Parts: sequence; structure tokens; C-alpha cells
Amino acid sequence: MLTTLQLVLAAAPQAAAATAPATDASHAAESGGSSLVIMAYLVAGVLFILSLAGLSKQETASRGTWYGIIGMLLALAAAILSPDVARYGILAAAMVPAAIIGGVLAARVQMTEMPQLVALLHSFVGAAAVLVGFASYLDPHGAGKTAAELIVHDIEVYIGICVGAITFTGSIIACLKLHGTMSGKPLMLPARHLLNLVALIVTVLLGVWFVDAAVDVQAATSVIDATGIILLIAATVLTGILGIHMVMAIGGADMPVVVSMLNSYSGWAAAAAGFMLGNDLLIITGALVGSSGAILSYIMCRGMNRSFVSVILGGFGAAEGTVASGDGEQGEVIEISAEDTVGHMQTARSVVIVPGYGMAVAQAQHALADLTAKLRAAGVTVRFAIHPVAGRLPGHMNVLLAEAGIPYDIVQEMDEINDDLPDTDVVLVIGANDIVNPGAENDPNSPIAGMPVLQVWNSGTVVVMKRGMATGYAGVGNPLFFHENTRMLFGDAKKSVDGMLGAI
Amino acid sequence: MKLGIPREVTSEERRVACVPRTVEKLRKMGFEVLVESTAGAAADCSDAKYMEAGATIADSADGLWSDADVVLKVNPPTEAEVARMRAGQLLIGMVWPMTNEPLVSALAEQGVTTIAMDCVPRISRAQKLDVLSALANIAGYRAIIEAAHLFGRFFAGQMTAAGRVEPAKVLVIGGGVAGLAAITAARGLGAIVRGFDTRLAVKEQVESLGAEFLVLDFEEQGEGEGGYAKVMSEAFLEAEMKLFAEQAIEVDVIITTAMIPGRDAPRLITAGMVESMKEGSVIVDLAAERGGNCALTVPGEVVEHHGVSIVGYTDLPGRMPALSSRLYGNALAAMLDEMGGGEALTIDVENEIVRGALVTHEGRVTWPPPKPDAPSIAPDYSKDFGKRPETETPPADADAPAASGAMRGLTTLVGAVAGLALLVIIGLWAPESFSQHFTVFVLACFVGWQVVWSVTPALHTPLMSVTNAISGIIILGGLLHLSVASATAAIVLGLLAVFFATINIAGGFLVTRRMLAMFRR
Repeated sequence: MLTTLQLVLAAAPQAAAATAPATDASHAAESGGSSLVIMAYLVAGVLFILSLAGLSKQETASRGTWYGIIGMLLALAAAILSPDVARYGILAAAMVPAAIIGGVLAARVQMTEMPQLVALLHSFVGAAAVLVGFASYLDPHGAGKTAAELIVHDIEVYIGICVGAITFTGSIIACLKLHGTMSGKPLMLPARHLLNLVALIVTVLLGVWFVDAAVDVQAATSVIDATGIILLIAATVLTGILGIHMVMAIGGADMPVVVSMLNSYSGWAAAAAGFMLGNDLLIITGALVGSSGAILSYIMCRGMNRSFVSVILGGFGAAEGTVASGDGEQGEVIEISAEDTVGHMQTARSVVIVPGYGMAVAQAQHALADLTAKLRAAGVTVRFAIHPVAGRLPGHMNVLLAEAGIPYDIVQEMDEINDDLPDTDVVLVIGANDIVNPGAENDPNSPIAGMPVLQVWNSGTVVVMKRGMATGYAGVGNPLFFHENTRMLFGDAKKSVDGMLGAI
Repeated sequence: MKLGIPREVTSEERRVACVPRTVEKLRKMGFEVLVESTAGAAADCSDAKYMEAGATIADSADGLWSDADVVLKVNPPTEAEVARMRAGQLLIGMVWPMTNEPLVSALAEQGVTTIAMDCVPRISRAQKLDVLSALANIAGYRAIIEAAHLFGRFFAGQMTAAGRVEPAKVLVIGGGVAGLAAITAARGLGAIVRGFDTRLAVKEQVESLGAEFLVLDFEEQGEGEGGYAKVMSEAFLEAEMKLFAEQAIEVDVIITTAMIPGRDAPRLITAGMVESMKEGSVIVDLAAERGGNCALTVPGEVVEHHGVSIVGYTDLPGRMPALSSRLYGNALAAMLDEMGGGEALTIDVENEIVRGALVTHEGRVTWPPPKPDAPSIAPDYSKDFGKRPETETPPADADAPAASGAMRGLTTLVGAVAGLALLVIIGLWAPESFSQHFTVFVLACFVGWQVVWSVTPALHTPLMSVTNAISGIIILGGLLHLSVASATAAIVLGLLAVFFATINIAGGFLVTRRMLAMFRR
């Protein structure tokens, strides 16, 4: 069976070579081979698009993933069975253990650790892009190409490697920060903007030099020259450091933006590899992933009312005049016990729970799910309100709540639920701060002014669960805590929710 | 430091200054607590419960009054009680200094330091000491319960087998704490509720509770100092009386809560209005103690006139003694905490709250307190919470949107020109194969843009992991180099690329499936 397929596939390029210009045949290694393989790639590309489209609704999401898996298997099968791919022994030696590693990672990961895993996987794409770039350059590839094609190819290699290197190191740092191995605090080197700028300019200059040197040599001898390799390695190191420095300067709660951005970069790196290889499937997939990450970054930035540039330049939440303006003594907080909170919620008709990163830290989602189930059984309408930037990854809260078994139709977005808050009897804020800060709406001097927030203060009673009176990520005091219908429930979120469960 | 909680001697008083739960709190603050035997009996607090909470039971009032450093009371002390006090002793309770001048001077003569809970300033920091609001809340609720008790029908409308019952119509005059509590309770019973207040600021609150806010065809704001109502002009009163007269004919229950600090309650419901009401209607007058809002109110009693019951109880909070005592006790505890707790109790005249409530100290009458420097009293501040401060909008803002619009237009233009320039450069210089791939790339970007915007935000994490998986397609690059490369280095690099990309494919898809399986309805 396998051999028959291979025969068919092997026959195809010869037919193509007969009709196509000679250059195409010599490019066989780079263009993916026969038309049949290309058609398989086309189907795979369409399946990938359907896979993303499936995520528009929970009901179709699972089918969407199947499309993605089928598309991937199809593309792999077509590539492996095509005459361009050989050396099945070492191929299997690389793929089987990697598949097992990937499978174990995916099966073992805690849902609270999703941000790290996603960042780690981004770094792999970045690494692969760098490796493919080098391999592509090391391969003797100059033959039969026009000078213009060579220039374009070298530019592609260079861009692919640079974007890949930034993605790789940036994602590794993001992963370490998210995992807590590295402090989440932004690192602020003096003149860091200047450093970044210089690194960027030097990268561009190196690129010009590289293309210039490489093309001369290749056109003449089609042999790899040492200068080109050294320049490539220099560029890799430089952009790698740029990636590290860029992510180091970004604080914990800006991570959703950074992870989305790295997601985007990993896509662009894949697309660049596609250009190098002249492979349309890689280009399509890279473009899909790249724009997906870009959209997510945009959504996250809008959720914080900050520009993409200001997030990437980093340093938010540090000493740059972010101390809340004119708060001083804002009044006294009123404490409440877990028992009284439950009492309030049991007698309420409508309860909205606002989770934040604190919930994930305290691992309170399972206890919260039990509480929700009990309240719902008692006839209380319970809903969850998710702010776009809650957590450390776009949609992270939704996944955590889903993992805990909370039905997704009671988990709503900020825009859906804000209008309902005035009719809500009790709002339970758990481990969130800035996303419920009224200062964002009514204090033009607040550092988070203009950020869309959940207007929980419009509800009957707000119970804020917090470990202490510390400010949130943005370092801004929260007038909500001093509001007359706000009650503070101090303590570890998990313990407090357990306390509530005990009091039901 | 010893706290004494005597039994209230006023006849009919069922409340007590602290319930056992409060005693526990006070003990934690470092106080020793003495409770007179049977002090809490009428409020469902037995002596045994007090002892359980750590209080000592004093058999006689005499012992308690002489032992205690601080006496906690509900009602103003009687003459006999004042006589029992000694210089330097601290009394915390309701005093009403405005109407109880002889009492205040007697306390001062005795050398007693008096904190009047009814004089706690209305600032946001003092919310948890605000007994007036707590008691008014109870009174408002109880007013509806009393009304429902006397009223001969359901409050809610019902369609029974024996015919339709129309819902009761309730008019609540005054949108203070008591009025709002009454509205809530009446709504809870299912009545149609209308609210009225001279302060238009209350409108929103009344409406938020599900009641209709009645508006006069008249321009005048009725908000006086400290958020309380003030006396209104003649013409306003006339319009108001006309409104009440119209309403009296329609509604079944009227709850009046109109009071102006330091004055007799305004007369709002005339005998004529009462007579115009349907038989069986009920009026509950929460201002009975201060003369009543209704002309026919008899303080402390229920009278009937033309078939209309007029409730003039002056002890509505006292009719729910357990709850009133508990909330009152909490406020007392908050006051003691404000003053420094059991270890460091002091009279700090710099403290705004303590100073406001301090009625006698060191032999002198210290009431009323000096006016605060700035009108910082803003109880309605919270209502405007969440709204943008309208007055502070700088005029420059008007131009800002236009300017930013122009900027955006310029950016778009620059972007379009740059994009076009890029296309021209590619068209002129790039080889054909590149142009073809570039076409695919740009189209794929647009497709991706369109498709990803339709992804529901709830699935953004699965979106990221699935894009992780499909970007593993970079494996193709590794595969090709691994197979056709002649240089060993290229083969090794290709092999590594395949390795990483495979982790991505396997891990990405598996974790996505794992996550999506969790999303259940």
C-alpha cells in the first residue's frame, strides 16, 4: 500500500518536470514536489482555516480541532510519502519521542499552567524557524537561481531566523516568568529603549551586509561561505538577546499581551520559513497564526485601554508615576465573614462572580464550582463575568472555570454582563482588582483611566475577596473597597470559599 | 476596662445594647463585659448565652453601675440612672441632645463623659457606626409589616380560582433609609409601590428598587445640610399637598417618613386626605414621635378614622428587638474600636467621629460640635460613584476627538501609501515566484483576520493552543532538509526542527482537545 502510494507520488514530479520549465525541477526540494502533494497541502490549508472557524462557538469547537488534526495528518502524510522525503529511520527517531513528549506535556499540564505551556510551545516554533533557516542556508541552494531570487531567498532566511530567534528567547523568558521561576517584576535597564533601538538597527545593518556578502559568493561558487554563517549566528544572538530583554521589561499582568504577541511572532516565523522553502501551506498557516496572535494582542490592549507600543515598551506598574493620584484616606473598609457572605448570596436572586488571577493562584475554582452548583440548586441565578484581561492568557479564566465544571453558558463577557449589574443583588469579586476599579471610569488622573472595567459597584452588594489591602498590578488604589455597599472578605481565596461552602 | 450593659428600664423597651455575639467581639477588643441579669431576655438573649460569650452576669443594677467604667445603653438614661453615675464614667447610647437639654446638663453636672450614638456625623468613614440608618432600615421594614398586618388583602395581585385580587398600591413618602427599606419590603410582598421625596437625587434609588418615583411639576431642590431634607417654600408645599391629595384617593397604604432635623415633622396628610382614602386603607406614620406627618396620628397608638387605620407606633425598631439589638451592638462595638479598644480607650477630640458624638465631657456640655472647616459631608457621594465628574471636563477635550480623528486618518493614509509602495517595489524587483507566494500570504492574512475575529473570547486559550499546534506545520521545512540535504549540519538542524515541531503538533492538538472537552453546558 505504502509503496504504491509512493510510486504514484514519485511519478507525478516527472510529469510535471516534463511540462514545466527546467528551473522547477531543480527546485523540487524547495517547492514541495508534485502537484498532488500541493493539492494535499491546499486541502490541509483549508482544513486549518475551518479549524479556526470552528472555534467561533463552543458547540463547533471540537469538530474544528478534528479538522485541524486531519489537516495536519494529511499534510504530514503527503510530505512524508512524497519523493522529497527520505531517511525514514532518523525521521522516526526524531518524531516518535517528540510526539510522546508532546503528548505527556499536554496530558499532564495543570490548567493553571496553560500560559506557561503556550509560551513554551511558541518557543519551539521559534526554535524550529531558526533551525530551518540555518538548514536552508547551509544547503547548497544557489544553483539555477537568478540573482534576484537569491537576494530574496537570503532576505527570507535572514528575516525567518531573526523573527524565530526573538520568538524563541522571548517565549522562554515569558514561560519562566509565568511559571514563577523568574520574578514577574519588569526589569528596567537604564536606557532600555535606546538599547532596543540600537539592537534593531544593528540587526538591519547585519542583514544588509549578510545579503550582500552571501549573494556575491553564492552567485560565483554556489558554495557556503564562512562570512555568511558568522553573520547569521551574530544576528541570531543579537535578536535572541533582544527577545530576552523585551520580555524581561514586561510585568506580570501584561503577560496576556506578550503571550499573544509571541503567538503572532511564531506565526510570522513560520510564514517566513514558508517563503524560504517556497511552501504555500507554511505561508498560509503562518499567516493564519500571525493574524490570530495580532488580533488577540489587539483585544488585550483594548481591554486595558493601552496602546500595543506602550505594552511592548514595558515597565508598566513600576515607578513611572503610577502611584495613585490623590487617594490618601478614602474611608474605611467594612469587613464581612464567609458565613455572612453565604447568607447574602443564598437570599439573593442574582449573583455575579468576577474571577481574577488571584483565583487561579489560590486554586479556588473547584471550590467555587461547588459553591455555584449549590447556589444554583437553591434557585439563585449565578453568573460569571470575565474581563478580557483577567488572568495571564486570553481566555484563561474561561478554561479554568470550564475545568472546574462550571457550565460555559453562565460564563459571560464583560460587555454582555455590564448592563445587568445594576439588577444584580450580590457581586463576588475573587482575586481581581484593577478590572473592577471605578477609578478607571471616574478619575481622569488614574493611571488606568479609560480602561473598560466591570461596573460591579452598581450592584446591590459587592463582596471583595482579597488577601490584604495591597494594590493591584497597576499599583492603583481601588476606591471600590471604600464604597458603602462593598464588603471585604480578607484571607486566602480558597479558604474563604471553603468557609462559604461549610456555611451553606 | 469594664463595660456595663444594664437592663433597659424604660417600660416597653425590649432591646438591649449588646447581644452575646457583640460581647464576644468586645472581649476580643480587650474589654471585660458585665451584663445585668435578664437584660437581654426580651431580645432572645438569655443570661446563659451571655455567659457563654464570656460576660459576667451582675445580679443587681447597683453593682453594675458602680463597677463599670463604660456603660452601654440603648435609650437615654433616666434621672435615676443619671444619679447612679459617677464622674469620669463613660456613657454610650442614644441621647438626642437636641430635645433632651435637661438630661444633657444633668450628665455634664455629674461629670459623665457621654457619647451619643445618634450624633455620629454622617461621613463615609462612620458608616458602620451609623445606628440611625440601621434602626431606620428596621423601622421602614417593620412599617410595611405592620401595614400588611392591618391591611385586609394580599399585597401582591393574584389570579385565584375564586376571582382576581388586584395588587395593593403603596405610597412611600420620603426616600431616606427608612423609606427605601419600606419600598424594598413592599416590593418584596408584591405591591405596586410609588415613592416621593423632595430631593430629586433620591429618584434613581427609588426607581432602582422597582418603585415609581412621583415628580412634582415644580423646580426646587430639597437637599439641606448633611443630605437631610430641608424646609421647602410655600408654593412647593402647595404642589406637594395637591399630589398627596390625588394619591390618597388611589393608594391603599401610605408610609410617611418625612422628617427635618431639629423641627417638628411636616404635616403632609390632612384629615381630609385620610377621609378620601378607601376604607380598610392603612397609614403608617414613622414620624409619629416628632408630631407625625399625618394630622390624625396619635403617637404610640393605632387609631381608626373613617375606616382607615393610622399607625403611630414610635417603637418600630424596638418591635424587632433581637435584630435591632444586634445591629445597635455592632455600631457600639465599632464606636469603641474607633476610640481605641479595650487597651487604649481615649476621648480623642481630634477624631471627627468621636468629636461629633461627644455630648458631655469633663463637666461641660460639648454639644453641638464646632462646624467642620470644609463642607466635607457628602453622604450622596456614593450615588454618583461610577459617573464621570461632569464639571471637570477640560474644554480642550472638545477638540481632542477631532484631532485624534485627523491623526487616525493620517495614519491610515500613511499606511496605505507605504503598503502600495511595498507592492510596487515587490512588483518591480521581486522574482515571479516570490510574488506568487506573497499573494498567497496576503490573502491568508486576510482570511485569518476574518476568521479569528469570529472566535468567541471564551475560547481564546484553545485558539492559542490550536494555533500552536498548526504552526507546528513548520515541520515540513525540517522534513525536507532532513531528507535532501547533503551537508551533515543541515541534516542535524532539520532533525532538531522536526523534533521541536512534532512536540508542538502533538502537544498543541492534545491540550486543545483536553480543554475543549471541559467546556460543558
